[in-house]
Amino acid sequence: MAGLAAAFGSGAMTNTIGDIEDADVILVTGSNTTENHPVLSRHIKRAVSFKGTKLLLVDPRRIKLAGFADMWLRQKLGTDVAWLNGMMRVIISENLYDQEFVENRTVAFDDLKKTVEKYTPEYVQEITGINANDLKKAARLYARAKAASIIYCMGITQHTSGTDNVKSLANLAMLCGNMGIRGGGVNPLRGQNNVQGACDLGGLPNVFSGYQPVTDEAARNKMENAWGVTGLPDKIGLTATQMIPKAHDGELKALYVIGENPLVSDPDLNHAEKSLANLDFFVVQDIFLTETAKMADVVLPSKCFAEKEGTFANTERLVQRVRKAVEPPGQALDDWKITCEIGERMGFPMSYQSSRSIMDEIASVTPSYAGINYDRIEQNGLHWPCPNENHPGTPILHQSQFTCGKGNFHAIEYRPAAEDIDDEYPLYLTTGRVLYHYHTGTMTMKSEGLNERVPDCFVEISSEDADKYKIKNGTMVTIASRRGNISAAANVSSKAVAGTVFIPFHFAEAAANRLTNAALDPVSRIPEYKVCAVKMSKSA
Amino acid sequence: MASKNTIQLNGNEFSFEPGETILEVAAENSIDIPTLCHLKNTTPTGSCNVCVVEVKDEPDLLKACSTPASSGMVITTESPGVFESRKATIKLLLASGNHNCAVRGSDTTDWIGFQLSVQGNDQSDDLCPVWGDCQLQDLAYRYQVSAPVFDESKTPFPTETVNPFIVRDFSRCIKCEKCVKACNEIQVNNAISVGYKGSETKIVAADDKPLKDSDCVFCGECIQVCPVGALTEKDIRYRVRPWEMNKIRTTCSYCGVGCQIYLHVKDNRVVKVSGVEDTAPNFGSLCVKGRFGFDFINSPERLSSPLIRENGVLRKAGWDEALNLVADQFKSIITEHGADSIGVLTSARITNEDNYIVNKFTRAVLKTNNIDHCARL
Repeated sequence: MAGLAAAFGSGAMTNTIGDIEDADVILVTGSNTTENHPVLSRHIKRAVSFKGTKLLLVDPRRIKLAGFADMWLRQKLGTDVAWLNGMMRVIISENLYDQEFVENRTVAFDDLKKTVEKYTPEYVQEITGINANDLKKAARLYARAKAASIIYCMGITQHTSGTDNVKSLANLAMLCGNMGIRGGGVNPLRGQNNVQGACDLGGLPNVFSGYQPVTDEAARNKMENAWGVTGLPDKIGLTATQMIPKAHDGELKALYVIGENPLVSDPDLNHAEKSLANLDFFVVQDIFLTETAKMADVVLPSKCFAEKEGTFANTERLVQRVRKAVEPPGQALDDWKITCEIGERMGFPMSYQSSRSIMDEIASVTPSYAGINYDRIEQNGLHWPCPNENHPGTPILHQSQFTCGKGNFHAIEYRPAAEDIDDEYPLYLTTGRVLYHYHTGTMTMKSEGLNERVPDCFVEISSEDADKYKIKNGTMVTIASRRGNISAAANVSSKAVAGTVFIPFHFAEAAANRLTNAALDPVSRIPEYKVCAVKMSKSA
Repeated sequence: MASKNTIQLNGNEFSFEPGETILEVAAENSIDIPTLCHLKNTTPTGSCNVCVVEVKDEPDLLKACSTPASSGMVITTESPGVFESRKATIKLLLASGNHNCAVRGSDTTDWIGFQLSVQGNDQSDDLCPVWGDCQLQDLAYRYQVSAPVFDESKTPFPTETVNPFIVRDFSRCIKCEKCVKACNEIQVNNAISVGYKGSETKIVAADDKPLKDSDCVFCGECIQVCPVGALTEKDIRYRVRPWEMNKIRTTCSYCGVGCQIYLHVKDNRVVKVSGVEDTAPNFGSLCVKGRFGFDFINSPERLSSPLIRENGVLRKAGWDEALNLVADQFKSIITEHGADSIGVLTSARITNEDNYIVNKFTRAVLKTNNIDHCARL
């Protein structure tokens, strides 16, 4: 998100889910779309199968979309900047870029041009393993499309170079004038139902709702007036990935966690566990007694989505209604109600009639949500920005200009992943989700049917590695990194690439994140879940 | 003289786009032509024969779903001929399998024998599991059709119940192929196809394997489009009747696509989920988690009361006790160590309204900007 915001001035999916089918070329990278966003993936598959759209897939694993791809490039883990720079070099040197767009709508093209100069297809092949000729073909395919859509997910962002990867995708899209048109754009897929909304409504250390910076005095004054307070803090706060080490060092004394399970989802879990144990006071608000909640001093029961009134903002910035269908169990309350009660008891009046009245307050202090209210979204949602009550919403961003005026090219050099393989840890590990489970499994593992499909953790390995380590399908193996080890059954699969193992991170009892590296992207503070070095052995 | 690209439907003139079928033009203009096999946004199969209409100067009735509109056509959608044809078609379909609704039995003396044979097949003494939510039943009622029992021969294929989600009851399949279209052209999972020929026709997965051993990913699109009782949710088949459920529209809580769903509720329990059709972003489609992963809502493991740690273990507490404790602890930690010694992790799972309140609480009450969520994880 930080990468897109730097390029365009706004860090959200630029286009809608529906207009994927209008693309001539779709570039998918770092997204196992059919398993993580199945309903969105049908648009990609429909476009390819029935509308003549070409799919360019760049992914190390033989994911299902490989079967739909016109071109499939398998890069080495963590080398995305290199192949993207390489594609741009081809496009510039063959004069396939959109000169008019670059001139009128962007700045800093010369810096980009200079930087990508050295990324010749041959040099890129050395770094990424992608055949030089294939890279040229892929570059031409993308550049010649009338409208080309870029779709990416955590396979791009969960690297120490994640922000650079995203900026590079933005570079590519701008270079070819694929912004602000149907079937184009740069489209990050949000992995959780309301990541977009949590970002939109101030769930970030640097901004109030609507991305109004806490460092901006005018924004602080506005919120102080609206909320009836003085002295709102002007210093950017800690990210989640900074809070854990601060807890470990004793600087952070208390943590209030709502609806998250960092004790399965955080990187380097052994370290995270110690950090949380070090807190003076730990509050967890959730629908289940999760691994995280079990460590808390106070646990507060909340309603789940089926018991709530409210709204979610989806990955395409569409704000849609959530409605109550059933009564909550026991004494469970709305999350907002619980938080307001704590605020009231700390001497701050926070009393609301309903979620509807909270949305009205959101609209009054958040320019991009100003035109959104429950009456307008009763039937269909609205895409923000929606600046007033007569505005129809904005399905496609950056149509005549970028949010920040002109789009910024970023000249970016390739940097290798934080941890490389060596003699002791000779295999790469990458992590992700499977179709039948969701995040830390808190919800999906309550369904017998989903458990029947994928009951346990597994280690996906290539047949080459299976031969090398004399491992059969189902053999229990131990995977160890510098940070920890777990055991799970081997799943010898044609999806895997030799030299790399894949482990889904859903399972607390064999948590992949005991292995992962907590090294962070310097800007976004996202951990490098997608690359670390491990070793494999048969379990004793 | 008809102008270019217009047709006459039941005496009124309508314009059309080249390539549109009669059925599509009719639908756009709110003229109802019944069909059992047509699925929007897929190529027509023309398999059910229900959508026939009368076109002036054509010797035979034509299928509205697969006949393109052409200039000057004069079409009647409910003539006596059309009516008789549909009646005959529905009668055949009704007699073709285990359609044991009361409609089916109304003019046969052998209803009891038929019902008993179906009961044996289904191990249930009830009427058809989709009674009240069946398009064939609706049409039989609309056209006042009942069907004789031609024979009670067992259907050639046993019901498949070996996967956790979907029951495939071939005895009620009318071979409309809507599920095949949904699987191949809407979800593009390419898991099922039409297998065998003639009276042996069967919708098959892979080489006629159970769904669980095929490419099926259990999105359930096939259940959603099945017009009869051939494909049903395993969980509620014969257990929950269509009219016992209330439908509430909401937004799915799994990934970021934000599918519009109906939660079907019986006795304060969500018992089924279906996709909301004709609306973005999903137009009725769902995935296996969205359609079948709802058990957590009513799980006995849900937290139902606040808990407070005492002597190392969590014990139940009332709201006042828990909330006062949290407020007092936050206050004393702020006094002792400053506001920035507290961190808040809000959530990508809770609503916009919830998130806004956590943002306000963190900044205005705690007076820190230490707030984040798992967007990075």
